[in-house]
Amino acid sequence: MSDKSHDPNQMTGAAMIVRALIDHGVTDIFGYPGGAVLPIYDEIFQQSQVQHILVRHEQGAGHAAEGYARSTGKPGVALVTSGPGATNMVTPLTDALMDSIPLVCISGQVPTHLIGNDAFQECDTVGITRPCTKHNWLVRDVNDLAKVLHEAFYVATTGRPGPVLVDVPKDVQFATGTYHPPRKSDVHRSYAPRVKGDATQIRKAVSLLAGAKRPVIYSGGGVINSGPEATKLLRELVEVTGFPITSTLMGLGAYPASGKNWLGMLGMHGTYEANMTMHDCDVMLCVGARFDDRITGRVDAFSPHSKKIHIDIDPSSINKNIRVDVPIIGDCGNILGDILQVFKAEAKKPDIKTWWQQIAQWRARNSLYYKKSNDVILPQHAIQSLFEATRGRDTYITTEVGQHQMWAAQFYGFEEPHRWMTSGGLGTMGYGLPAAVGVQVAHPDSLVIDIAGDASVQMTIQEMSTAVQYELPIKIFILNNQYMGMVRQWQQLLHGNRLSHSYSEALPDFVKLAEAYGGVGLQVHKPSDLDGAIQEMISVKRPVLFDCRVAALENCFPMIPSGKAHNEMLLPEQANDEATAKAFAGGKALV
Amino acid sequence: MNQPASAYFIEDRHDPNETHTLAVLVQNEPGVLARVIGLFSGRGYNIESLTVSETEAQKHLSRITIVTTGTPMVIQQIKHQLDRMIPVYQVVDMTQTKRSIERELAMVKVRGQGEHRVEALRLADAFRARVIDATTESFVFEITGNTDKINQFIDLMRPIGLVEVSRTGVAAIGRGPEGM
Repeated sequence: MSDKSHDPNQMTGAAMIVRALIDHGVTDIFGYPGGAVLPIYDEIFQQSQVQHILVRHEQGAGHAAEGYARSTGKPGVALVTSGPGATNMVTPLTDALMDSIPLVCISGQVPTHLIGNDAFQECDTVGITRPCTKHNWLVRDVNDLAKVLHEAFYVATTGRPGPVLVDVPKDVQFATGTYHPPRKSDVHRSYAPRVKGDATQIRKAVSLLAGAKRPVIYSGGGVINSGPEATKLLRELVEVTGFPITSTLMGLGAYPASGKNWLGMLGMHGTYEANMTMHDCDVMLCVGARFDDRITGRVDAFSPHSKKIHIDIDPSSINKNIRVDVPIIGDCGNILGDILQVFKAEAKKPDIKTWWQQIAQWRARNSLYYKKSNDVILPQHAIQSLFEATRGRDTYITTEVGQHQMWAAQFYGFEEPHRWMTSGGLGTMGYGLPAAVGVQVAHPDSLVIDIAGDASVQMTIQEMSTAVQYELPIKIFILNNQYMGMVRQWQQLLHGNRLSHSYSEALPDFVKLAEAYGGVGLQVHKPSDLDGAIQEMISVKRPVLFDCRVAALENCFPMIPSGKAHNEMLLPEQANDEATAKAFAGGKALV
Repeated sequence: MNQPASAYFIEDRHDPNETHTLAVLVQNEPGVLARVIGLFSGRGYNIESLTVSETEAQKHLSRITIVTTGTPMVIQQIKHQLDRMIPVYQVVDMTQTKRSIERELAMVKVRGQGEHRVEALRLADAFRARVIDATTESFVFEITGNTDKINQFIDLMRPIGLVEVSRTGVAAIGRGPEGM
C-alpha cells in the first residue's frame, strides 16, 4: 500500500468481503471454513478488526448470528462454505425470515466455470435459499461485489428486517477488482420501504383510540426491531392513554412485565386476561405484529366486536389473516410518534375504569396457576426461581422450542427489549444454545441463559464446544422431563395419549457431557436444592449445562385448544381429564 | 365447529374466486422470473397465464404479465407479496383499473382436405387470423385477440382437424396516455 501508484481500492474479492464487513461496522462474525471460502479465511487470518467465531456446525453459525442480531439491533453475519455449508444455513435463514432478523450470510461457491457441473460441494445455493431469504445474490463479476455487499446490508437492515445471502464463487474471491465503500447516494431503485405513516390514517386511528371504551394495545416484534425510540414511544402511549397492553412472544420486553398496564403475553399459551381482553375489546391497536395463527386462534371468532388499527412496515402483513379497519404502513416508531403527537394535541385520556374492572376479574382467575410440590420440581417453579435469582441483573434469555419456551415466556418477566431471543415463527428446536453463544459474544460481561428442553438442546449441543473455546460463560438451563414435552402434551390432548416417539429412552448424562466438553455440569432433583444450584450456576464463570430434573408429565396451560376462540381458553384449574376431553371434543371424535 | 385433531385452525373459505391480470415491472436480473414463480408456487397461488419479456433494455426492465385467480383477500396478498420483492418496481392490477387492453397470440395448426380446408379459411377470415404456413393438407394460422376470442377460434378448429396450438399468454396495457 506504500506504493502510491497502487490504487488502495484495487483488491481481491476475498479482501473486498472483509473490507465491506469493516465498513459496515461488523466486529464479530460466525462461520465455518471449507474449500470454497478459503480465500476469505486467508484474509480473515491477516487482519484483526473482524473477530471470527468458529462454530461446530453451520446451523450454529446462523443461530449465533441471529442471537447476536437480536440482542444488539445490529445485523448478524455468518460465513459458510459451498454445498453442505450453505444447505446447513437453510434453517437459520428461514428462522430469521420468519422472525424478521437482520442476517447477512456470505457463502462460498464453486468457481463460476464449474457452476452447473455438479462439482464437488456444489449446490444451487441461490435457488435453495431464494424462498428463505429476503433477497439473495450470486456474484459472477468481482467488480459487482462491493455494490452487492453494500446492498445486502441495506436490504437486511431496512424496512422489515430479514436474512440475505451473497453467494461468491471461489474464482471471484481470487479475482482482483475495484472496491468502493458504502455511499449514501447508493439508493436502491426498486426497493424503498415506506417509513412515514399516512397522516389521514393516523388521524383515523387517534379518533378510534380516543373514543374507545374497551381498548387494547397488542404489540409485537416490530416494535423491538424498530429500535429503542419505538419502545420508548410505546411505553409513553400506554402511559398517556392508560390502555391495557399485551404482546406476542416476539414482542416481550417492549413494555415492561412489571408495568401496571401489562396483561401478559397473548395467544395459544397466553394469559386468560390478555386473550379475553383481545376478544371483548372495541378498539385494538396492533403495533408491529402480524396476527399469526398462534395469536388469533379461530379467525372467524377473533375479536369479533372491535375496530382494528394495524401498524406494520410490511404491506403484505395487512389483511393477510385478519381484516383490519385502519391499516397504517410504515415504521412503528415513526407512526407511534405521530399518533402520540396527535393524541396529546386533540384527545383526552378516555375513561375506561369499568374496562379495567372487567380485566381485574379475568386476572383474578390466575390463569398461570400451577400446583407446587415439595418432592418434585415443577418446570414453572424452576423458571420463576431462575427469574427471581436473576432479577435486576444484566441478563439475556434465549430458548429452544417447546413447553419450556412457553413457560419461559409466561414466567420470566422481561423489563427491556432485546433481552429475549426465541424462535417464534419457525419454532426451531436447537435455536437457543447457539443463539446464546451469539448473545454472549456481543455482551461478554452479561449473564446469558438458554432456557432449554432436554430434547431441543441436543439438536445443537455441539456448540458447547464453541462456548468453551471462546470462554463464553453461557448457562444452559435444561428443564429435563425426558419427553419432547409439547409433542407429548399434544399427543395426550389430541391423540388418545398414545405417546408415539416423544419419550427419550436414552438421554446423555448432561453433567458428564458438560465436563467432556470442558464446561461445568450441575444437576438438581429436589425443589429445596434449586435456588442454591441456580446461584452456583450464576457464579460459575464458565459454560454450564444445568440439568434441572422436573415433573415429567406437566402440561403447559392455559391454552386455546385448536379451532377455538380467545374466550374458549382451557385454564389450569379446569384441566382435569374430563374438561380436557370436552375442550378437545372435535379432535377426539376423529382420533 | 368440528375439525380434525390439529395444531392448526383449519378454516373453510367461502369467498368466490376472481380472475385478475397483474402487470409486474421488474429489474431484469438473473433469477428474477424464478423468484416470481417461486412466490406463486411457495404460497399456493394460481398462475393461469404468464408472459415475460424485456421491455426497456437500457433500464434493464422486464415486464411480467400474470393472470391469476383467487379470493379478493388472496389477490390483495399476491399484489403485496410481489411488491415487496426486492427486484420488483411496480405491480399494477390491470383488472382493477378496468381500463386495460389484453391480447394474446396463438399459432394454430389445422390439418384437413377438401371442404374442411375451405371452412378453415372461412373461419380464419372471420376471426382475422392469418395463414402463416400452408401445405396441401394443412394450415398454420396466427391469431391475436383476447383469451376468449382465441379459445373460441380453437374450439371451432377442433372438428375441422386441429393438430396443435402454441399460445403466448396474456400481454396487457392500460388505455390512455399514461404509463404504469
